[in-house]
Amino acid sequence: MRIALLYTRVRTEERMLADAFAARCVEVEMIDAREARFDLADAGRWREYDVVIDRCVSLTSALTNVRVLEHFGVRCVNSAGAIEVCSDKLRTTLALLRAGLPTPRTLVATAPEGALPAIEEIGYPAVLKPTVGSWGRLVSRVNDRDAAEAIVEHRDTLGSVQQHVYYVQEHVEKPGRDIRVFVVGGCAAAGITRSSAHWVTNTARGAVAEGLAIPDDLRRLCERSAAAVGADICAIDVLECPRRGYLINEINHSMEFRNSVATSGVDIPGLMVEHVVSIARSGAANATRHAGAVA
Amino acid sequence: MSSPAPAPAVPAASCPECEAAIRLDRHPLRGQVIRCTDCGVELEVTSLQPLVLELAPEVQEDWGE
Repeated sequence: MRIALLYTRVRTEERMLADAFAARCVEVEMIDAREARFDLADAGRWREYDVVIDRCVSLTSALTNVRVLEHFGVRCVNSAGAIEVCSDKLRTTLALLRAGLPTPRTLVATAPEGALPAIEEIGYPAVLKPTVGSWGRLVSRVNDRDAAEAIVEHRDTLGSVQQHVYYVQEHVEKPGRDIRVFVVGGCAAAGITRSSAHWVTNTARGAVAEGLAIPDDLRRLCERSAAAVGADICAIDVLECPRRGYLINEINHSMEFRNSVATSGVDIPGLMVEHVVSIARSGAANATRHAGAVA
Repeated sequence: MSSPAPAPAVPAASCPECEAAIRLDRHPLRGQVIRCTDCGVELEVTSLQPLVLELAPEVQEDWGE
């Protein structure tokens, strides 16, 4: 059984994962993705790995590396398909809608001529997000027509072509908090709430976290959501709408959890490692059976 | 009976930004990011033997979870 962890920086999370492997006496090769290179025509040593955990903080690195590794036949956590869906809010929303899962009402346009009517149709306040981006960056609450015109013009003029996708969501009157549920191997393993006076409740932007005992209906909803995007391991951000109940807002494929272990009381890195090890063991067993059959 | 070998000392290095002494509470991993408690800058462990700290790469627009 050979397991590797690809990283671009060893944060507290990657350190916790390394410790979790060590605590279980399972060897993991920590590979700096910045130094990795792949001969696309020859998998070489890469094919020897049963599982590679992608922990690249760079989305570009993650997608590139995982796509190549999967081409080589290496099982990756998370898969390239899951990363592609989770990292793009448009694709995430489409996957959730296909699965019949509740999510905030969202309109999309690709030019100011469509974006302004979309914002007006959603109604004020509306939320404008880049389809690709994390940590609450460039997420705007649009309170009136003047703000809408300004933001749309700025994005049209100053933004990259990616900013020309106008992803417009209803603003959900959440109760001063949102919920994050950590799903590992198909099971909702841990939950926290994040509270803030500000409408953006990322802890990266100062929200305060508390543990949450996950209600059964939320548990089922999150497990179905993880399955809808194809993620082995993910953190699901949930909004509580006074009218519609739980709404799946975003799904994070390379979740941060350093503060959530103590907050939730759940050994999140331990569960992640156990899930990866189980994948590796089944992969190694399949390889042995195949080798025996061939012999 | 011989005495047990002493545990290896936790390495120390200096911050390349402010030259403050940085003493780690455990042996680091290469690529590990730490913060200088004096000046607050993010540092990356780029070498273990010897221990070398460099300014960590700045956050890029495609970074996140």
